Amino acid sequence: MANYDKKLGAYICSGCGIGDRLDVSQLETTAKRDGKAANCKTHDFLCSKAGVEMIQKDIDDGEVNHVIIGGCSRRSKIEAFRFPEAAVTRANLREGCIWIRPDNDEAQETTQEMADDLIRMACAESKYMNIPTASGEQELNKTLLVVGGGITGMTTALESAKAGYNVVLVEKAAELGGWMAQLHKRTPNKMPYAAPQDTGIDATIAAVNDHANITVHLNTTVSKTEGAPGRFKVELAVESGSASTVDVGAIVQASGFNMFDPANVPAMNHDKSADIVTNMELEALANAAGDGPIKRPSDGKQVSSVIFIQNVGQNSEEEGHLPYHSGIGDMVSIKQAMYFKHLNGDCDTTILFDNLRTPGAAGEDFYRAGQDAMVTFRKGIASEVVAGGDLEVKFKDMILDEEFTESADLVVLDVGMVPNSGPDPYAADNLPKDEDGNPIEEENAVSVESILNLDYRQGTDLPHLRHGFTDSHFICFPYETRRTGIYSAGPVRRPMDIHQTMEDAAGAAMKAIQALENAGKGRAAHPRSGDLSYPLFRKEGCTQCKRCTVECPFGAINEDEKGFPVFNESRCRRCGTCMGACPVRVISFDNYSVDTVGQQIKNVDIPDEFDEKPRILVLACENDAYPALDMAGQNGIEYSSFARIIPVRCLGSVNTIWLTDALNSGYDGIVLMGCSKGDEYQCHFVKGSEMAHYRMGKIADTLQTLSLEEERVATYEVAITDIQRAPKLINDMAETIEQIGMSPFKF
Amino acid sequence: MSLNTAMVEKYRNNFLQEVAGNVEEGDWVKMCMQCGVCAGSCPLGNAWEHTPQKLFMMIRANKRDEVLTSDSMWMCTSCYNCIVRCPRELPITHIMHGLATYAKKLGLAPQSNPTQWFSETFWNNMMKKGRVNELKLGLSLYFKDGFVSGIKESIAHQKLGMNMMKAKRMAPMEIMGGHGVKDLSGLQKMIKKAQDIEAERLEANSK
Amino acid sequence: MAKHEYSYYPGCSSQSGASSSNLMRSVNSMCEELDVKLNEIPDWNCCSASIGYGSGSVLPRVSLSARNIALSEEANPGQDIVATCAACWLSTKEASERLHEDEGMFKDVNTALAEANLKLNNNTPVRHMAEVLIEDIGFDALAEGVKKPLEGVKIAGYVGCQTNRPFGIAGESFENPKYLDKLVSSLGGDAIESYEKKVQCCGGALAFSEPEKSQEMIHGIIEAAYDNGADMIVTPCPLCQANVEIYQDEINARYNSKFEMPVVYYSQLISVAYGRNSKDAALDGQLIKAKKLEEIAG
Repeated sequence: MANYDKKLGAYICSGCGIGDRLDVSQLETTAKRDGKAANCKTHDFLCSKAGVEMIQKDIDDGEVNHVIIGGCSRRSKIEAFRFPEAAVTRANLREGCIWIRPDNDEAQETTQEMADDLIRMACAESKYMNIPTASGEQELNKTLLVVGGGITGMTTALESAKAGYNVVLVEKAAELGGWMAQLHKRTPNKMPYAAPQDTGIDATIAAVNDHANITVHLNTTVSKTEGAPGRFKVELAVESGSASTVDVGAIVQASGFNMFDPANVPAMNHDKSADIVTNMELEALANAAGDGPIKRPSDGKQVSSVIFIQNVGQNSEEEGHLPYHSGIGDMVSIKQAMYFKHLNGDCDTTILFDNLRTPGAAGEDFYRAGQDAMVTFRKGIASEVVAGGDLEVKFKDMILDEEFTESADLVVLDVGMVPNSGPDPYAADNLPKDEDGNPIEEENAVSVESILNLDYRQGTDLPHLRHGFTDSHFICFPYETRRTGIYSAGPVRRPMDIHQTMEDAAGAAMKAIQALENAGKGRAAHPRSGDLSYPLFRKEGCTQCKRCTVECPFGAINEDEKGFPVFNESRCRRCGTCMGACPVRVISFDNYSVDTVGQQIKNVDIPDEFDEKPRILVLACENDAYPALDMAGQNGIEYSSFARIIPVRCLGSVNTIWLTDALNSGYDGIVLMGCSKGDEYQCHFVKGSEMAHYRMGKIADTLQTLSLEEERVATYEVAITDIQRAPKLINDMAETIEQIGMSPFKF
Repeated sequence: MSLNTAMVEKYRNNFLQEVAGNVEEGDWVKMCMQCGVCAGSCPLGNAWEHTPQKLFMMIRANKRDEVLTSDSMWMCTSCYNCIVRCPRELPITHIMHGLATYAKKLGLAPQSNPTQWFSETFWNNMMKKGRVNELKLGLSLYFKDGFVSGIKESIAHQKLGMNMMKAKRMAPMEIMGGHGVKDLSGLQKMIKKAQDIEAERLEANSK
Repeated sequence: MAKHEYSYYPGCSSQSGASSSNLMRSVNSMCEELDVKLNEIPDWNCCSASIGYGSGSVLPRVSLSARNIALSEEANPGQDIVATCAACWLSTKEASERLHEDEGMFKDVNTALAEANLKLNNNTPVRHMAEVLIEDIGFDALAEGVKKPLEGVKIAGYVGCQTNRPFGIAGESFENPKYLDKLVSSLGGDAIESYEKKVQCCGGALAFSEPEKSQEMIHGIIEAAYDNGADMIVTPCPLCQANVEIYQDEINARYNSKFEMPVVYYSQLISVAYGRNSKDAALDGQLIKAKKLEEIAG
């Protein structure tokens, strides 16, 4: 923590209409008198070169080290007002004040009051924050660990190595190549996308083996992972029993997928005939055929008719089936149908599809090529494959609305991809609970082997989103996982084809490189990219309650042997959920703490009850709700001048003490705005918003103790697009207060 | 052996192949992606027992007789709506015409279908003089079901005919011969040659 | 010499005494006004329309059009072929395009044409009269020559099928072509742009063979014009004109309606707006009199 004399400088911009709408000299007085800013200046174009130079000069002269900008929103002119050597706060006089208020005499007084409060708040925030600096705990380690030697892992390794980083590539099997090495051909990735193509996997394997930056460990698994980005210690276990340890800066998990077991769809009778095969089994038949015709396994007869059944056990609610669709099976079957057109002469080749998925220009061209080669595409749902000498497929043609039975020498089942993930650390949270809230274990739950064996407080592997696929931010940050510095790539993340998985691998490699470089400098990963602050912890106040270690959405915090939290700062995303959780308020950041927000709340001028000027505290997530309110201002949407808005890193960082203090000091209402939570979450910190909603569920007790109405506190999920709605929620609160009356807690 | 039987034997159970090889623009049928836009775009869609989409599927499902004896494609008004909307750019109108023509050549077209009859009558009317004689065409329409019903139809449409004559848009003297091309024999020889070329090709295909 | 000169393919129904002879008469008046000279293709034959498919398969049908193009190339070399009938235009243009794309068919067609001592080069553009008006003359020039604006006449532009699909007029959409509306506006009339049946099929040749089904569609075409407050319908297509005009009695009886909606050609509108009398504009050829046009024509 920095230890220095804080010299506050308040710089007020009178441009963009601020000078016309507000009494700027009064704002300056407020900053001096209430905000205790020794250095106060007004400029009519603060973001101009001259304005910025004026501030910079004061910093350079040692006059100022805490800068308070009174002007536009903290989301505007970010570059102009970036002073890395100073602590910077912003008073949002433009988007958050003049633009959301009507420009008339009647509104002038309350608008000015709003602006004065914004100046007071920014000064108070500045006073209680410190200039963040890295902890000095950092290490730069330019080696990546890649887990999985299939096409995803190999591509990640090659991309990273090409970028100049070292790679430790770990593969469980005795050879590199994964599923792709078993394919006869691949779907085309080159114009004109008309025919199956050689996989080229041998060249990729050779490139991996030959690259000086890549070390390959075959027959090897990860038996233990500890540490944090920049300083992971990974124990590798070889099948033979020997073990070694490697130090790496970041990790990419490319553990791939397994094939869905067709035994789960008994009507397909996969086990009743050797001539009913899965799409992966067909690859082996095609490989065995060499350049000759494909023969059926039962008697070696050349296949003269083949039926592909798509979506076996996929996109189905039935028990044992996959609730999702792998999305690539139709392309695979078109490719395999072409094997027959190329190798088996005049072979009747039918694909029974449901919803044919051939995405992209390449997919469409390949589909057309299949049609052109006289592959028969029928929209049909197969109900049964009858085993016997000649196979029979019973299906309903969905176009002709008619049941058919067609015979075939060979039937190919398109079974889907199942992610090869480790056990979900939060699986128990998703299980049904008994009366006492304890999870009810599923009777036939499959125990899954761990892949990373993380030595983390919150479990051994990457958290799942659903259906066993690893959780990444499903809208904004596709390669991220909920374990900083560890990325998932390829079909363990979602079903994908070769082309997609290679793109995914390159993306994950770049993210992993970024993570280890950031870790080396002590900087946060997204969404607070570059933030040097990290959780500070006053150990003597800690009660070892473990709420921070349990609630951290990223599993960043371990516990030492006495149960005190160990923060592992480079695993931390700086959301502040731990700070919001801490009942004794011992967790803080240099630039964000219980005080930086608490003092803003306290420094708002609360008029007495009979002024009929209520005060509404709005705590708005900086990622979605706050931008939405800014955009409301840009669009000239008005909201109540009684609102005092404070951006928070995440609603999860909101400590209930803020609410208690606000209610005690006479605020009439509180509105909390976070991102949407739950399965379709948009929370940038995954679980922060959910945590906040859970905590606010208990605020009713506090209100009751104070004999206040429950309606005075409202929690909402607000999206960045809620430009009309967010202001309305504030106005709704103003209306509520008008109905239930002012708070009796004014002094 | 009739042409129809020859075709059945030649293509066995692959009607799609037969259509591709013998029907106008039939090679396109395999490219249909079964979206159904044609069916939804057809102005007479409700009158079709099998929409173009279904006909294409039936061809793939080897429903040869059902397709060729169907009166569905005879419902085509040649409005070209399906063509301009088809995302796969199949010349659907032409394929419908082609299926109808092919069915007629094989003797499978439904005799009772009025459009089938009208199409033939139109062609024959035109071939007589190289230009269409609207009056004769109209009269043959009224008399298509025989003399008695023809008189009835004529009387029913008497007012229309009189109005057309008054507006000089129907000339009674056309019944005596009417307009025509001068080089009729050249035209007829040309058509004969074109028909022969096609017939030879079909014959060869059936072998 | 005339400002514009074309090789003209009138088609069977435009001949004297045929169902769209009024189209030909008004086209002649219109062309006089616009200084357009039409040189009829000598000894042209029927295109077999689209209904000829039942007996005439591809090659005979394409040969018919090929003969007309060959005759035009021989007699009117260098002149674009212009047709006024939608079916004539479509058949001829389609044949020309197919013969460009299909070399085998081009050879076959020339083999057939040789029987009539003709040879096809197939380098002649095949155009519709509407294209001449829009592309060669233009709406602005059209508007300039107006002597009697069609003021206060509300006109629904019925484009129909074959003038619109599959080729259509360059720059127009298949679903909502606007050139008839622009034309009406250029002539000083009130175009009903909201007319939702402008590209609805009238049944075409099936008006003869499937009258009930066709008349249901025609009913909709007239009703929409009526509901939009139209005084009349204008169309570029002879079969559209005939189908929509001449069955109104039958449709009124079938649907218990009282339609009396005049259906005219664009060429009649232009002739009247350019000051020609009713006879020159062939308004006497209407079964349902276009009274508002007659009033303007005087």
